Amino acid sequence: MSTNPWIWVAAFLTLCIYTFLYRDNPFYKFAEHLLVGVSLGYWIAVYYHNSFIPKVWEPLIMEQELRVLVPTILGLMTFSTLVPRFSWLVRYPIAYTVGMYSGYSIPRNFQAYIFKHVQSTMLTTLTISSVIILIGVISTLVYFYFSTEHKGAIGGVARTGIWFIMLAFGAGFGYTVMARISLLIGRMQFLLHDWLGIIR
Amino acid sequence: MNIIKKFMQMDRRYVFALVGICVLIPLLLPIGLPTWVTKPTRDFFNAIDNIPPNQKPILLSFDFTASTMPENMPMAEAVLRHCFGKGIRVLLMTHYPAGTGMIEIALDKVLKEYEKKYGEDYVFLGYMPGGSAVMLSLGESIRRTFPKDYYGNKVDTLPMMADVHNYDDIPLVVSISGSALPLYWIIYAGTTYRQKVACGVTAVSAPEFYPYLETGQFEGMLGGLKGASEYENLVERYNYSNPDVRKTASIGMDAQSLAHFLIIVLVILGNVAFFAIKRSK
Repeated sequence: MSTNPWIWVAAFLTLCIYTFLYRDNPFYKFAEHLLVGVSLGYWIAVYYHNSFIPKVWEPLIMEQELRVLVPTILGLMTFSTLVPRFSWLVRYPIAYTVGMYSGYSIPRNFQAYIFKHVQSTMLTTLTISSVIILIGVISTLVYFYFSTEHKGAIGGVARTGIWFIMLAFGAGFGYTVMARISLLIGRMQFLLHDWLGIIR
Repeated sequence: MNIIKKFMQMDRRYVFALVGICVLIPLLLPIGLPTWVTKPTRDFFNAIDNIPPNQKPILLSFDFTASTMPENMPMAEAVLRHCFGKGIRVLLMTHYPAGTGMIEIALDKVLKEYEKKYGEDYVFLGYMPGGSAVMLSLGESIRRTFPKDYYGNKVDTLPMMADVHNYDDIPLVVSISGSALPLYWIIYAGTTYRQKVACGVTAVSAPEFYPYLETGQFEGMLGGLKGASEYENLVERYNYSNPDVRKTASIGMDAQSLAHFLIIVLVILGNVAFFAIKRSK
């Protein structure tokens, strides 16, 4: 059994959270609120030391880099929402962020998400997998084409698309089960190995 | 019919208890069910193994926090063992504030098994807010993005960083993630700078990443606890890790298999009961 008090704290909190499986109770509520509070405090401290100090305080105050004033002022404008009279100022940092993010992400998203995937859907080599992928992509796209009624040949292709979509849902569900069980295994290993020391 | 109706109205807490038992028993009494290595894991292993030792470092990004630790941490530890065992240098960073804690936990554990020197064999850059902007900035200059490492040393003063300036000096980015961040690595490092990217992801997000593996945008992928277990076994098979090392993912695989078997049985029973009740109406 562990002699580390922090392991005991972690084990207690793990058990508190798992009590929710029976029903909502004060132990669960305590652990839940503790997590929210600790997370918030931790994030504030991390942002202060990793963002404010190296990106604002040091360059602006220690090295007198005046160009840092621009993003700093834009950042401070986001707090204007706290004062209703000046809340309109928040439009500028939002406009800057949306503009900048759209500018650098839209072309790259097209390249990474659309062009590359269309390219790899093309039948450059005739294998069973590539044919299945091609049929899957086309039939699924036909299913999401709503300007023609899904009847006759179009309806048949759309129904094939539904099969592919269902298979994707099935795979997604299977992987989700695996992920959730993995999390439980992780906590069980912590309790049995790190805390109680009854498994290797 | 009464039994079937009762089954359909069963309190969900019985299912929780059954799942708990199915996970608990194999952990206490391991069965040793066989697992095999799949292609995405083999590709992931090869992508790292093909990097020459004592030269350019890989960039290992801990893009996860405690919530996905059971799946992601065994992957991250195995990558560190693979790199340290082969003599590949490692540059560590994270996109999450809590990721720094994950890196410290992994380093504390793995460094006990190898004689590695900070600044020469590995460097811990730390956390920098910005996500995609950080990924783009690393392509221009690592120093400008991270002027100091996690411990406050100037990056310029670290011997390992002497010839490491941007993605040109990094043969592979490995993102161990519990979110969609590997896709951002593809967009901002892969597409923009033609940087090779590999990923280790949670099972719940693995289906989302398979298309990118198919297109070659990922060099390899570890999917969930199963992927972590396969990779742990490969690292051990090639003698990069000590045989006494506790393989946390592999230990959990018996429990995983048994719990999956239970879920399959419950899904089948649920469907049979559903159709039996429907037919009786």
